[in-house]
Order: sequence, then C-alpha cells, then structure tokens
Amino acid sequence: MRHIISILIENEAGALSRVAGLFSARGYNIESLTVAPTEDPSLSRMTLVTRGTDEIIEQITKQLHKLIDVVKLMDMTEGPHIEREMMLIKVRAQGENRNELKRVSDIFRGRIIDVTDQTYTIEMTGAGDKLDAFVQTLEPGLIIEVVRSGVSGIGRGDRSLKL
Amino acid sequence: MELTGADIFVRALQDEGVEFVFGYPGGAVLHIYDALYRQDKVNHVLVRHEQAATHAADGYARSTGKPGVVLVTSGPGATNAVTGIATAYMDSIPLVVFTGQVPTHLIGNDAFQEADNIGITRPCVKHNYLVKDVTQLAETIKKAFYVATTGRPGPVVVDIPKDITALKTEYRYPDKVTIRSYNPVQVGHVGQVKRAVNLMLGARRPIFYTGGGVILGNAAGALTKLAQALNFPVTNTLMGLGGYPATDRQFVGMLGMHGTYEANMAMHHCDVLVAVGARFDDRVTGNIEKFCPHAKIIHIDIDPASISKNVKVDIPIVGCVNNVLNAMLAELGSNKQQPDVNALKDWWQQIDEWRSRDCLRYDSDSDRIKPQYVIETLYRVTHGDAFITSDVGQHQMWAAQFYKFDKPRRWINSGGLGTMGFGLPAAMGVQFAHPDATVACITGEGSIQMCIQELSTCRQYSLPIKVVNLNNGYLGMVRQWQEFFYQKRYAMSYMESLPDFVKLAESYGHVGMQITRPEDVEGALIEAIRLKDRLVFMDFLTDREENVYPMIPAGGGQNEMILI
Repeated sequence: MRHIISILIENEAGALSRVAGLFSARGYNIESLTVAPTEDPSLSRMTLVTRGTDEIIEQITKQLHKLIDVVKLMDMTEGPHIEREMMLIKVRAQGENRNELKRVSDIFRGRIIDVTDQTYTIEMTGAGDKLDAFVQTLEPGLIIEVVRSGVSGIGRGDRSLKL
Repeated sequence: MELTGADIFVRALQDEGVEFVFGYPGGAVLHIYDALYRQDKVNHVLVRHEQAATHAADGYARSTGKPGVVLVTSGPGATNAVTGIATAYMDSIPLVVFTGQVPTHLIGNDAFQEADNIGITRPCVKHNYLVKDVTQLAETIKKAFYVATTGRPGPVVVDIPKDITALKTEYRYPDKVTIRSYNPVQVGHVGQVKRAVNLMLGARRPIFYTGGGVILGNAAGALTKLAQALNFPVTNTLMGLGGYPATDRQFVGMLGMHGTYEANMAMHHCDVLVAVGARFDDRVTGNIEKFCPHAKIIHIDIDPASISKNVKVDIPIVGCVNNVLNAMLAELGSNKQQPDVNALKDWWQQIDEWRSRDCLRYDSDSDRIKPQYVIETLYRVTHGDAFITSDVGQHQMWAAQFYKFDKPRRWINSGGLGTMGFGLPAAMGVQFAHPDATVACITGEGSIQMCIQELSTCRQYSLPIKVVNLNNGYLGMVRQWQEFFYQKRYAMSYMESLPDFVKLAESYGHVGMQITRPEDVEGALIEAIRLKDRLVFMDFLTDREENVYPMIPAGGGQNEMILI
C-alpha cells in the first residue's frame, strides 16, 4: 500500500539525512520526499511517500518517531486528506502538434508558462496519478524533460499536523 | 566569568558527576586535554586504541548503570571509536562520546585528520550533535547526557570543533533540559497492564522471556518478585542474564541458538509468553515461522519500535519495565483470579522432564581441559560473585551457560553486535568502577588479540583483571560452523603463529600462566584470585574441537536443537 507520511522535524542541519539514512539503513523505499521550513522557522515539514505492508508502515512510523529530531508525524493516508504535486514538463511543440498540446494541457488544467517556436513548458498541479495520466497521454517522443516536486499532503477539515 | 570552551567542557563533566573519561589525545582536542590537566575531579584514563576507550566506557556503564564517557580526537580517533559506539548502540548502553573536530572554518575542506563524524556515526548512535557555537556547548553536553541515559538508552556523540574549545563565554550548566521532540514513555498503559495480568493468570503453560531491558531498567527485583508470586518459569536472553537469579529453581537457563533444551522447549510449547525488555532477536527466535506457535504474547518494552518488529504480539505495553512490572505486581494483588495451580504443576513436571536431559553435560573425565570445566571452576572459586566480561565466540556461549549469574550487571558482553575485542577493555571499565571486585575476562586466543594492546593500559593503572584465555588454537565458533555445515573445510579458522601469551603478559609486567592439564585448572584460578593486585593472564590450552551444545541450526525452530 502507498502511504503519505507527513513529518514535523527540527529545522536543523542534518535532520534530512537522519530520515534518508533511516530509510536506506532499514531497506524501506522512498517514492518521493519533499521538505521545506514551515511558518515556524524552527520547524521543517517533510512529506514522504512510501510503500509497504501494514507491518512495514507501522515500523516506519515508529522508527521515524524514534529519531530525536522528529517532533510529530502523521500518516495522511489513514484519513481524509488532500494530496498535490507540481510538475514542470517541457515538450516538443512544432507544427500541428502545438494546438493539440495546448488543448490536452487545458483539459488537465495545465498552464503553459514558457513558449519557444520549438517547445512548450507546461506547469501542472494535481494528485500524482493525474500527472501520470497527463504524461501518458503524450507521445513519448515529444517529451524533452519532466520535473516533479514530489507529493505534498494536508489533512482535510479539522485534521491537521501541528504542534 | 568567561571560560574557554575547553574549560566549559571540563566543568560540565564535573557538574554532571563524571568520574572517569576514557580517551586518547590528539591535535583537535589538545585544548580540552590541557583543561583536564589543570583539574583533578574528572579522572582521565589513557587507553592504547580508541576502540578500547569506548569498550571501557561501555563496561563501566554496564556494570554501574551510569553513562560511560569517552574523549577522542578528530579523524582516525573518531573512526577508531566507531566499533565501540556501534557495540553500545546495539545493546542500548548509555555512552557520551566526545569527538574532536577540525576548526569550523576548515570543516568540509578535507583538512588534516578531518572526518565527517556526524555522518559516520549517525546510523549507530541514538543521537549526535555538532557544536557550532561555544554558547551552546554546555547545554549540548547536558542534552547529550539526558538523551543517552533516558528512554531506551544509547550512545550519543558530541562533535566539538577545535576553535570552539578556545572561544570564551559565560559558563552555566542547566539543571535539566527538555527537548520538545523527545519525551520517552515511563508508565505503562493501565488497561493493558490489567489485560496482561488477566491473561497471565489464565495461563496453563506460561513463561517469562526477559532480556537486557530488565538489566538496563533496574527491574531484576520486580521481575523476581513477580515471577515468584506467579510460580512461572523464567528464561533470560544472553543480554538478560542476571535479571533473574540463575540458581533459582524457576530459572530454566538461557534461550536461543545456544540456549538450554528446557528453555527452548518451554518457549516452543508455552501458551502465554511474557516478553520483558527483550527484542525477539533472530538468535533467540530461530525460524520466525516456527516461533512459539501456541502462544499469546505480552511484550513489555520502553521502545515502541521494538514491539511487533519481528513477531506480532497480542498485548503490547510500552513503558519503563520496572514501572510496568511493579504495576503488574499491584494488579496481581487486587485481581480476584488465581493462577491455575494444577496446570502449573503439570507444566513444571514437563519442564523438569526436559531439564533431566541435562543438555549442558560434557565429558568431565577427559584428559584434556574442557572449556566448560574452566568456567564451572571459575564460578566455584569466585563464589559466583565476580564481574565477568567476555569476548565473542564459543567461550562467550560457555560463559553464558556455565557461570550462574544471580545478580544483574555482573555479565558484561557484546550481545547485539558481537564485537570481538570487547572483553579486555570492558573489564578495565568494570574494574575502574569496582576497584575491589574480582573482574574476570573470559576470552579466546582469537578475540583477545583484537585489543591485546590494552594489557599496557592495565599495567599503567594496575588493574588486577583475571584474563581467562580459552585457547583452542581455532576461531572456535567459526570452526564449529565449518565442521557442521561446510564438511570440516576450516577456511581461515585456524590461528597459526600464536604468541607465547605467558611471555607476552610478562612483557607488559603482568603474571602469565599456561595451564595444560585439567587437574591444574582449579589451582591456577585460585592462585590468580589470590594475586589480588596483579593482572593474571591464564592461558588454558583446551580441547581443540569442543563444540557448543545445544545448538539450533539456521532455519530451525526452537524445538529443533542439536543436542550432544
């Protein structure tokens, strides 16, 4: 099962390496990881996407908790939540393709943020599977570059991760 | 008054009540060594290799319950210490290890004797700190001791750049620190305790399986009371020996790969397993698929991550084991249910039947020295009251099987990491903590050579350690596996060109003895104990191909033992 784990962690040098090191040392996989400071500059928020059986996810959350720098964490996938990821994708846009690409991008609520006579650069936000779907819609030969931010997640309604 | 970082360091150790620092000087820590020189409250012990500093501090910690303190220089000083840090980490031993670091402006510059100590030690410490600001030094030291000694204990590294030790600031050592992200659980959940006691009282074939957590959590007294109130059998892990008196009838011996027949059979057949401060290590469980097939499992541990890591448990209780066991005792007093006396009687009858197999017997009429006999004799001549450290291998297992530990903190060995070379330096730490006690290091000719240089430290500080070298001329445990599983192809398990240990000991100024006949074993040990102020190195030439029995082979269940 895919899980999104959100972590509040002390905003200190080396904190990220403790989390990354834990995953590599114990053989857990990381599908994506994003991290940035929060409104409280002493805290960073990390969103980590991983896969595993219930037992493995339980161990992952316990082992993360055990890290001294981890203040609090939450498995977003245990309750209602919103997940977003941002993608920048540069595609070959020539001739009659140009219109078609614009149309498909619009359908996916993408925005073209850079244009040359040869290329479009599209910005798109959504859940990971929506971005996957968009990439799959394109002919592979047209894609020049894909940059994805990794997933961010937040609980719905009253569900929140804060001190 | 403003003090330099080096003086702050020393003052902080004084205020922390540190008696001994085990260490080795070098460029990055020269300011600190100078500050140590100018005071006489904290004693510095000079070892001969940084690995030994960590093991000595570790032995000190294991035998006292107080944190062990280490000071080493940057680069190789720190990397040499890593094996000892990892050893302490695997066995949850509280250490505070101070490593020197190159000056802050040179960090990351590949400077002389620079290593990324924080990065290198990160996977084998409970936590580590790099001090980048002298005003943070005192508080960081306080935090290091706090983290190392609370919750599930463990080693903490504090990396101190050289310039920090020269800069000055006001000294203030905090009485206490709080860390918002670190709040170890103390008391077990009341409802869980109640559920556990109900399950225990309904048990027909119960057993206590207890580990190092009972020793670390100072819970031997509570465990003994609880087990005796219930009349349940108790087995200890390698790390848990001494947590329950080994000479008591309810003790069924160590369990696991080289555990007793009765302990492993009782585990396999039990219906209620009470795991206390133990972590279901692979050397304990054998094949996890075949582990305790009939049991409901209660697991008490201070570390939530230990619970249901290897084996799914029915009643987890997170908390300090001593608190939880005492809560269980209180609950037992008020619970109306009584233990099933008849079922327990049958259970004990079954256990005594297993016990009558006498799984630890060996050929006591042999004309060669049997290693088991040496340990039994050591037990006898020390009246079971010595501190025993060990290295790793066959001798370690025989020590665990044949020296009966009635008290906690008497059995000092590297269980988790299995570090050869641990025994002698650990014995030094124990002897510093208990200057009048008999401290024996049970070792082999392989292990002892991994930290043999510490005979020099023992000379410098007149440490009267009794080294019991069970010399079979083989890396015995490796040889045993090669005999069983590799058709006796003894690849590199034979030690050629061994030193003359008697002369070696003498060259360091110690007493050396070589014992070759069984009839001389007792006399040698008595003589060694009589030489109260001297380190005595006893080189026992033992039966070369003796094996450790019983043994659960890899992939076997607990009821699938190889018996003699």
